[in-house]
Amino acid sequence: MNTVVLGKMRCGGFTGRLQTGLKKSGWLKAVSAVTGRFGGAGLWLAGTLLLVGCSDQAWNNPHPESEASANILYSSFSERPKFLDPARSYSADESRFIDQIYEPPLAYDYLKRPYELIPNTLTAMPDIRYSDADGNEVDANSENIAFSTYHFQLQPGIRYQPHPAFALNENGESRYLFASAAESEQYRSLDDFTEQGSRELVAEDYVYQVKRLADPKLLSPVRALLSDYIVGMTEFSQIASDTRKALEEKAGKQAWLDLRELSMAGVEAQSRYDFTIRLKGKYPQFKYWLAFHFFAPIPWEVDRFYHQPGLADRNIVLNWHPVGTGPFMMTRNNPNEVIILEKNPNYRADYYPAEGSPEDVAAGLLDDAGKQLPLLDKVVYRLEKEAIPLWTKFMQGYYDRSGIASDSFDQAIRVSSDGIGLSPEMTAKGVTLEKEVVLGSYYLAFNMLDPVVGDKGDAKSRERARKLRQAIAIVYDQQEMISIFANGRGEVAMSPIPPGIFGYQSGEEGINPYVFDWVDGKPQRKSLEEAKRLLAEAGYPGGRHAKTGEPLVLNLDTPTGGSGGSAMQNWMIKQFKKLNIQLNIRGTDYNRFKEKMQTGNAQLFQWGWLADYPDAENFLFLQYGNNGQVISGGSGVNSTNYNNAEYNRLFDQMQLMEDSPQRMEIIRRMIAILQRDAVWASGWHPHSYVLNNHWVRNVKAHGISKSVVKYFAVDTEQRSQAQAAWNAPVLWPIFVVVGILLIALLPGYRGFRRRQQRRIQTALTNTTPAEKEG
Amino acid sequence: MLAYIIRRLAYALPILLGVNLLTFALFFMVNTPDQMARVQLGDKHVSEEAIEQWKAQRGYDKPLFINTAENSEGLLTDTIFFEKSARLFVFDFGKSDEGRVIGADISERMWPSLAVALPTFIIGISVNIVFALFVVMFRASAFDTAAMVLCVVLLSISGVFYILGGQYFFAKLWHLVPISGYLAGTDAIRFLILPVIIGVVAGIGGGTRLYRTLFLEEANKDYVRTARAKGVSETAVLFRHILPNGLIPILTSVVVVIPSLFMGSLLIESFFGIPGLGSYTLDAIQAQDFAIVRSMVFLGSVLYILGLILTDISYTLVDPRVRLS
Repeated sequence: MNTVVLGKMRCGGFTGRLQTGLKKSGWLKAVSAVTGRFGGAGLWLAGTLLLVGCSDQAWNNPHPESEASANILYSSFSERPKFLDPARSYSADESRFIDQIYEPPLAYDYLKRPYELIPNTLTAMPDIRYSDADGNEVDANSENIAFSTYHFQLQPGIRYQPHPAFALNENGESRYLFASAAESEQYRSLDDFTEQGSRELVAEDYVYQVKRLADPKLLSPVRALLSDYIVGMTEFSQIASDTRKALEEKAGKQAWLDLRELSMAGVEAQSRYDFTIRLKGKYPQFKYWLAFHFFAPIPWEVDRFYHQPGLADRNIVLNWHPVGTGPFMMTRNNPNEVIILEKNPNYRADYYPAEGSPEDVAAGLLDDAGKQLPLLDKVVYRLEKEAIPLWTKFMQGYYDRSGIASDSFDQAIRVSSDGIGLSPEMTAKGVTLEKEVVLGSYYLAFNMLDPVVGDKGDAKSRERARKLRQAIAIVYDQQEMISIFANGRGEVAMSPIPPGIFGYQSGEEGINPYVFDWVDGKPQRKSLEEAKRLLAEAGYPGGRHAKTGEPLVLNLDTPTGGSGGSAMQNWMIKQFKKLNIQLNIRGTDYNRFKEKMQTGNAQLFQWGWLADYPDAENFLFLQYGNNGQVISGGSGVNSTNYNNAEYNRLFDQMQLMEDSPQRMEIIRRMIAILQRDAVWASGWHPHSYVLNNHWVRNVKAHGISKSVVKYFAVDTEQRSQAQAAWNAPVLWPIFVVVGILLIALLPGYRGFRRRQQRRIQTALTNTTPAEKEG
Repeated sequence: MLAYIIRRLAYALPILLGVNLLTFALFFMVNTPDQMARVQLGDKHVSEEAIEQWKAQRGYDKPLFINTAENSEGLLTDTIFFEKSARLFVFDFGKSDEGRVIGADISERMWPSLAVALPTFIIGISVNIVFALFVVMFRASAFDTAAMVLCVVLLSISGVFYILGGQYFFAKLWHLVPISGYLAGTDAIRFLILPVIIGVVAGIGGGTRLYRTLFLEEANKDYVRTARAKGVSETAVLFRHILPNGLIPILTSVVVVIPSLFMGSLLIESFFGIPGLGSYTLDAIQAQDFAIVRSMVFLGSVLYILGLILTDISYTLVDPRVRLS
């Protein structure tokens, strides 16, 4: 009984071992004596030990014992999601949950690269027809395109997850309808609604969601953008706003506005399974938006259910309790502790892909081809705000997947001449590494409205400023920054377009010729002398103004706080020091930083961009003149306020084109303009590293889609064995602590007895004969 | 006593009003409603119209203190201060900036806070008193000196060090408890063992020193000398005479803390992933959700004042010489 089986401590095992150890050492009597004296503490300790010791699972297992060997994926989240409403959510932290629940019309193929859109709830890709202003159908390449109409054909038979909003009574009416808050008082959480129902997905649900996107009350982040394209969306917003105002005056602020009663010119359900969306002009990137959860269906019954009196006061709202047709449904949402997704029992026929590259086959990514999805029964996300516990639990096998924090990088990754790979420790544990280039860029950029570094004034001063920017671009060693501060997880951006996107060019063709030379088959940064020459030509020889002799001081605005204090900021100051330029770092909170950007009050700044969809347009619009932060009043994405007429003209041309050699040529010309003007001093595309324990299967990094959990699988037997092997409790410290306490207590107890004895003796000794007689 | 309590509660009102005004003014000086809107709406595609709508939906489009556009009633009530802060006086916490009902969140999150704070508090006090009595028993000896040195050492170590050390040894190296997390029900015990032990150990240094001083003060009084002169054993002197009289000052420092136990511990809850009110406050500060921060500051003030009143009342219960008037 004194054997610990792979860390699983059985009740008999623990007590048996304890008793054996104590009997052998002859301390049992002593311990009994002590526990007799300190009975309470002993009982508490014993009770606690028994409670954990009587369990079948490892003592440090953070998951409930009832979940042992269940087909569950354990993951974590560090930021509590703010919005789970598909009309409102616009963050990767939220998408990772709701994209498993909501199903937009399109999705991305899981395995194919470059990224490819496929029908999701549709029978086929949408049929797009173009028409001129008179309504006559025209060719896709026509210059007279006034409208694009997307036709969607839904798969019949798709059903929603079980939900009380669909529950009906014997008369076929909604089971849960409340006239007042008092009637709904008994329902404190969604679990209190014991009856549930479901219904088929219909075209009207997609139409309803597009109307929700247009409803100003929901504050959808894409309303303004889509209003420029979807016919009638702007008008619908106004109508919805007016109608709601009248309704709220009549029935109160929580009153439900049935959007079915209002029509939008550009969105229409043609039949039960068929609907259309009409766009102004041609917008090829719209297809990518159709793969976003913004276009996921919302049934009107659900919207009505959550708008019932009293429910919002108990946080029973759609924003916290999503309802969809996807592979999973959210059965628990406690963003303070845990979010649980469970398999949707009504999920449609959806199978693991059967096509992939030879690399995918070699990696075993097609082993589950043709299997019904999802492959997991449940996904448990626990809140982990601190990096150390997260990493420790991954290493103990309690999390199946983990990112790599800087603190753990050296333990996980080994950088060698062969490249970046797993450390021997990780390899021994069977951990696999999932690498991908993040579709985004972080950059150090110039505000082109600034009189010193910007594009203002006459042609001569503009040319001088351009040379100044080019000089800075040469000396700012981005590769060094990536090596020091990002553990090498990234690559220098030669243009805003990252690898994997149409328009990206690798090799000699792709380098920025104003910053790099192509030497020995790789890019080599231009010399410091070259940068100094450019700086002198810019009017600052040796880093001083040619006329006044005053040193050149540039200001960098950063939202990270501090003023030159951090290692990163010191490193940046050193980069500018190479040209004898004084860099003044103005740390500020993020709000103030955004204010400065909005008003154009920065000189140099650092920011980043993560792509919405895999198209060059989504990167090159970062320098499009009309998107300037200042001229757009803060809503534009062009934070440099760059405004080049030729670039703008090419952008207008490029954004309407499908990927083709002609489009590639235009993109090349646009990139050449950006490189010459050095709008960004430097940029880099980060790499994402995710570790998987060896029992996790079917994992392939996807730069855009978050709807990938349905493909994941775990081998629960392997996981249980590994957890047991890696987490055997180490008991000797308990005995050491108990021993130390005994060593401290026993002499103390003896000292106490001796002290009492001495006092009595002393008292008796000091007593006079007269006192004794008295 | 009832009149005294009513008077104290009346005194509390201007204090709470002051706290409310101060926090309100500070928060609105640090962040304007426009900035709050930008934080909540995110970075991408945020239009001025969306910001205005966000403010209007949450009542941040109104004047701060005086609404000159309104009539006599709305002059003061149709303002941000009245709607966001004055309602706190009736414990109407409203909604957080991200739209959740704060009252519902508080009632849900106070239980994990109590689950950590209560055992830490009770066990901590008991351990500190026992240690202090033990040290007093050996006063003026080498043991006393060694114990005080140890207390100063324990007192000097940062709380974060205890937490990280505890997590490293007990959870990571020895696999005895989960490193962090929380489960409801009896499963919670596994997660509470380490935070409670750390909370108790981290408090031993300061607690033992304080209580030792209080007990020593009592130990030098005449009635103790008289008891010893009568031949009362040292144990009886400690437990029957010194302890009850020493408890009076201990009570004053302890009772004031009891209501605040609801508020949780910022550090312990954050490091151990316990979904209590401490981490709730910390998260709100990080997310710049001032609706939550205001509510928690107000609640903290109320509980502190309540603690002070309870302390006064407890005086009368343990010391018959004290009468509230």
